[in-house]
Amino acid sequence: MSSHAQSAHAAPTGFISKYIFSTDHKVIGLQYFLLALSAVVVGIVLSVLMRFHLVWPNAHLPFVSGGQMTQEQYLALVTMHGTIMVFFVLTTAPQGGFGNYFLPIQIGAPDMAFPRLNMLSFWVTFLAFVAIIAAFVVPGGAPISGWTAYTPLSGIGEVTGPGEGWGQTMWIISISLFCLASLLGALNFIATLIDMRAPGMTLLRMPLTCWGWFVTAILGLLAFGILLAGGILLLLDRSAGTSFFLPYGLVINDQLQNHSGGSPLLWQHLFWFFGHPEVYIAILPGMGVASHVLSTFARKPVYGYRAMAMAICGIGFLGFMVWGHHMFVSGMSPYSGFAFSVLTMSIGVPSAIKTFNWLGTLWGGKIQFKSPMLFALGFVSLFVSGGLSGLFLAQPAVDNLLHATYYVVAHFHLVMGVAAIFGIFAATYFWFPKMFGRMMNEPLGKAHFWLTFVGTYCIFMPMHFVGIAGGIRRYADASAVAYLAKLQPLHLFMTIAAFITAAAQLIFIFNFFWSLKFGAKASKNPWNATTLEWTTDSPPPLDNFGGDFPSVYRGPYEFSVPGAKEDFVPQHLAPAQVARAK
Amino acid sequence: MRIRKRDDGSAAPAATLALLLVILVVVTVYYFVAHLYPAPPPITSVGAAVDHQYDLTLYVTGTVFVLSQLGLAFAVFRFRDHGQQANFTRGNNTLELLWTSATIILFLGLGFLGRKAWADTRFTEPAANAIHVEVTANQFVFNFRYPGPDGKFGKLDPKQISPSTGNPVGIDPNDPAGKDDIVVPTLTVPVNRQVELLIRSQDVIHNFFVRELRLQQDAVPGMVIPIHFMPEQVGQYEIVCTQLCGLGHSRMHSYLNVVSDSDYENFLKQQAAGQ
Repeated sequence: MSSHAQSAHAAPTGFISKYIFSTDHKVIGLQYFLLALSAVVVGIVLSVLMRFHLVWPNAHLPFVSGGQMTQEQYLALVTMHGTIMVFFVLTTAPQGGFGNYFLPIQIGAPDMAFPRLNMLSFWVTFLAFVAIIAAFVVPGGAPISGWTAYTPLSGIGEVTGPGEGWGQTMWIISISLFCLASLLGALNFIATLIDMRAPGMTLLRMPLTCWGWFVTAILGLLAFGILLAGGILLLLDRSAGTSFFLPYGLVINDQLQNHSGGSPLLWQHLFWFFGHPEVYIAILPGMGVASHVLSTFARKPVYGYRAMAMAICGIGFLGFMVWGHHMFVSGMSPYSGFAFSVLTMSIGVPSAIKTFNWLGTLWGGKIQFKSPMLFALGFVSLFVSGGLSGLFLAQPAVDNLLHATYYVVAHFHLVMGVAAIFGIFAATYFWFPKMFGRMMNEPLGKAHFWLTFVGTYCIFMPMHFVGIAGGIRRYADASAVAYLAKLQPLHLFMTIAAFITAAAQLIFIFNFFWSLKFGAKASKNPWNATTLEWTTDSPPPLDNFGGDFPSVYRGPYEFSVPGAKEDFVPQHLAPAQVARAK
Repeated sequence: MRIRKRDDGSAAPAATLALLLVILVVVTVYYFVAHLYPAPPPITSVGAAVDHQYDLTLYVTGTVFVLSQLGLAFAVFRFRDHGQQANFTRGNNTLELLWTSATIILFLGLGFLGRKAWADTRFTEPAANAIHVEVTANQFVFNFRYPGPDGKFGKLDPKQISPSTGNPVGIDPNDPAGKDDIVVPTLTVPVNRQVELLIRSQDVIHNFFVRELRLQQDAVPGMVIPIHFMPEQVGQYEIVCTQLCGLGHSRMHSYLNVVSDSDYENFLKQQAAGQ
């Protein structure tokens, strides 16, 4: 206990050291969260513009130069939406935001292991965000090569298309900075979790959220380095005349390019070796939050805790061996395709274990439908819907039909986009009282949930049918292909659903800022929850526990324990302190 | 302590969520079963095998989807807070073992069943009498090259690429084998003969996709990638590019014409005369 107290740093006094260049993990967590909130607003606006263009490609838009959106502007939207959402929302909020804020508190630590490194991680991430936003305004505009930036499209320069000059360079700089920051962050998470757990907090007494953040950090440590290397090589190909990803014989605008010996597939391998684990980086913290919230509001222990923790590790482990399923039709050896297929199908197993155990957690419970619980339940439903469509795409034969269609877009949006966002919403509603000392408005939270839940299904379920009929993604214009015309009614429906769903997010934003000021005061433990963050003040003091560091006596989800007076037994109560039922 | 309050405001959200999940299941199943927006029928036996594998996967995932979503709907309604005591349990190892083994068998079994349809497009050698056509993609057109009467493709040289002078794929003028090569913007093949495509790209990555063939293949610069198929129905089918290739991506488009043997011979003669 005393060693903890010594490592807690002195309280900063000035505004800048307290809120801007803070080394307090809670402030840094909030900074990440606000960065993600800004990014998600940009990302949603881009998606609304895309949905608009898909239905009314010739509409006059006052804010677009020339009045009509061009093909390259649409592709820039596609690229920037994907990049901003994957990196600056789905990676930043669950891990950098909530992980930073709650991992140390949930394990009973006063801060992260390396507070200054933590600050550096955030500010480098912030720089990366500035760089990606700058891509909109550099000469030539934003890149058009998609968030996957396949070479040679991304590897040569503006001859391959507008936005492939400065815009693509900014993209590479941004992503490289992001990788660097995430590497440092991952190190910090791992060191903190391994070294700074409170007495009694064994690995198998950790909340499943911590398991999620832990495995995510390991994935980050192994994956971001690969993309960083890839990004640097790509930058060299573009600016220093190297040819890592560029073969001989490229003729663009009748000009033979001065490159030889490189391989476009090498970029895809490097990208997806990062890119597939990235999917789990986005979703594993959400799985942790879902388990945590389901248990709390079902007033039951997590069903099969060990299986759940092992499933997180299993998904993380297998997640590194399946990147090739993005490349079935890329020209990669068909033998590898089959191996990647079988490995990918096997990821369905730990995913199914998680789903069944979530249902098991609810079964026989006493379910309280607060906003965080609704979003956690929504997470389960969306994860099932989005996960199952993955079994089609995991088979190369079926991928022959569905690859690069809207079926893929529907699949990954449900399973890693919307489900992960539901995880973020569940976490926000759940921890808002702890972070800000006030409750979020419950009726507004419910309204937000109903509209978002129905809305996202209305956007992404019909999208599967567009894909099955051969609707191709990343098409700015459906007019050149005759069979696409039949699919326009579905696009209209999805676009209207997207508008409504996007508008519904204003309810959340209003609720968030309104509750900061006017929400009901939150007690230490408003949800009657069991883990360590609920033993301290709301919001927690600088060293998280006011010098009174907890010891841990039991697992994280002791709800409705027979013989106990209350229906929850907090982790930090010594057995003698637990009130018995009369 | 007995909890007297019967309902903590949980009946309405429980019923609503359960109802929404049931609607989700009913509408989704209806759309999948009714085939309102189907893929067109396949024109190859391999395409039919792909569809079969798709159907099989649909039955498996559909069953899991219906059971999980309805299970969730049932659980949220049945176990809503109405003043009861939650049932304390930490799990059940037998159940864990059961559903783990069941999903291993189901999912991996599905993966192994699908291997043949994949092998038929990529592993197996094309027949000896297969027709060979080279597909060259560039921003934002397809070109199809036939070897001509000599049955041999002329050598290619990227320095010779010049669409404006009629040499879009860069046939080396010094190679006699290339003199009779036929280069056309649409793909014409005879019905019921195997066709091997040799897919290339000159600039960025493109893709060759025909829905009716159930076949996609990226065109990667620096590589020549073979795929083969045997069309069994005369007709015209759309070829599209599915790999983001630049600002004209959505306009990159051509046709696959599957014609009778005699029409194919006529096509070759006409083209040879025109060279």
